[in-house]
Amino acid sequence: MDIVEILLKILFAILVVVVIMTIAAYSVLAERKVASWIQGRVGPNRTALPGLSAIPVLGRFLVRMGMWQPLADGVKFLFKEDPLPGHVKKWYYCLAPVVALVPSLSTVAVLPFGAYWVNGVEYPLVLANVDIGILFILAISSLTVYGIVMAGWAANSKYPYFGSIRSSAQMISYELAMGMSVIPVFMWANGPATGFGDLTLFGVVAAQKDLWLGIWMPLPAFVFLVSLFAETNRLPFDMPESETELVGGFHTEYGSFKFGLFFVGEYAAMAIGSAVFVVLFLGGWNFLPTFGFLPDWVANPWATWGWFGSVVSVLFFIGKTLTFIFLFIWVRWTLPRFRYDQVMNLGWKYLVPLAVASIIIYAIVIALWDTAVTVDHIKPETFGPAPQ
Amino acid sequence: MAKVLERKPLTFAEKTYLPQVLGGLKITFKNMLGKKVTMEYPEERPNIPDNYRGVPTLVHDPNGREKCVSCQLCEFVCPPKAIRITPGSIPEGDEHEHVEKAPQDFEINMLRCIYCGMCQEVCPEEAIFLQDVYSLVGTSREELVFHKKKLYELGGTRPDQHYKWDVKKAAEEEALAGNGHH
Ligand code: SF4
Ligand code: SF4
Repeated sequence: MDIVEILLKILFAILVVVVIMTIAAYSVLAERKVASWIQGRVGPNRTALPGLSAIPVLGRFLVRMGMWQPLADGVKFLFKEDPLPGHVKKWYYCLAPVVALVPSLSTVAVLPFGAYWVNGVEYPLVLANVDIGILFILAISSLTVYGIVMAGWAANSKYPYFGSIRSSAQMISYELAMGMSVIPVFMWANGPATGFGDLTLFGVVAAQKDLWLGIWMPLPAFVFLVSLFAETNRLPFDMPESETELVGGFHTEYGSFKFGLFFVGEYAAMAIGSAVFVVLFLGGWNFLPTFGFLPDWVANPWATWGWFGSVVSVLFFIGKTLTFIFLFIWVRWTLPRFRYDQVMNLGWKYLVPLAVASIIIYAIVIALWDTAVTVDHIKPETFGPAPQ
Repeated sequence: MAKVLERKPLTFAEKTYLPQVLGGLKITFKNMLGKKVTMEYPEERPNIPDNYRGVPTLVHDPNGREKCVSCQLCEFVCPPKAIRITPGSIPEGDEHEHVEKAPQDFEINMLRCIYCGMCQEVCPEEAIFLQDVYSLVGTSREELVFHKKKLYELGGTRPDQHYKWDVKKAAEEEALAGNGHH
């Protein structure tokens, strides 16, 4: 790797982080807007930016949509007084928000968010196309819980402590179901038809040209989605926060920018969770599934458009992700919180067995399918070399 | 006897929570597209009903006479003692001289007032009304002690059914002329 390549990587990394942060910031806005709409309100509609808001129709529209609200929120978080309560364990107290934010930002490194085509062969747009893709994401994203536990413990007060204890129990329970629910996906993606034989997320997307996995694996998709809600601490599983019973849970003692970090971290986790779901079950940047009989271009109509095609694929991917973020928000403002024992019941008594069952069922189905259909029709030359 | 409610065990569908979750999502989605109930305040103002108890104000009658005669009943009745009246007499030669008295100054401390409406209820002259002013802003305590001038400005004129003092004056004049009942 020469120096230019390294610099380019750094540039891309910064770009990706900026995009994720922007999406997180605007998810906060979306949350406020959707919440208001669901409750028959209007939502943030006043923040104006001098100059830009003077544009005749558009400027007014953007102000009404609260387009500048995240800026104002950010500035507020930055310039508020940052209180450091006397009773906290200072070092861990300051460390916790960072520990909560970093994992969600690190996972984007292995997340493919688009594709480019050279001579008809598809390559992923990704910061690091490592073989252990999904393992990396599962492993790193579960580190978020350390931030929460640390926050709860360092805050040295009972409500945050409860919040963080609940959080760790919940995360462990749901991680299990989540990890198991992706196994059928990789069993299929690594079948003889695709022949990648690794855990890259790119392989999963490539394997979904014909049929998005969410369509024929609704059960694992469902288990994964529910666990995702639990892992990102979103309602109906927001045990760690549950402001009505725990005052605010693990971040009760936090204010200003440290709270802002937790907040953004939560939304970044949500955005990345949605992106992972899209990659695993909704065909990533593929336009539409071909169902095996539609012409190949349906999967990626922009494959021949050069760099513009790549941009479109990324935008399409982001679009799908945003739809899921909307789902997260929509669910949050619909459902009440589960009771804690219900959360545990649901996790251990329903989701884990469901995930196990789906592994067994899909293992059998995929084995039958591969022996009966695919093995006879393997055409290795139709697949590009394994991506680097 | 207490009625015993039989609680049916949940059906399988209910145990999965899914039908209820989907039903809820449908409702919230409909709500999302529905009409907004927000009133965007400074641009849109609420309709104030006639019997609204806003800021207490003093009123003139249609002839432009200040109705308050500074009897101080409101001052006495006011629960938080928000009213302070400096009684004064009406100078001789004034067209309303026959009324005899009017407040020299009339203060209502809006920071103390609880908008109970007792003053309006007790006033024998129908001179003080809680009307439709609901938005009070001031930058100091002094600013929110409203004096007579301000109270009359806020109050304006209200219709009068009795013209009590004019009737009284006419009756007196008639009596003086000698064809009264007395
Ligand atoms: S407002 Fe009415 S009650 Fe109060 S002093 Fe004047 S006349 Fe009397
Ligand atoms: S409304 Fe009640 S509190 Fe206010 S001035 Fe009248 S009597 Fe006093």
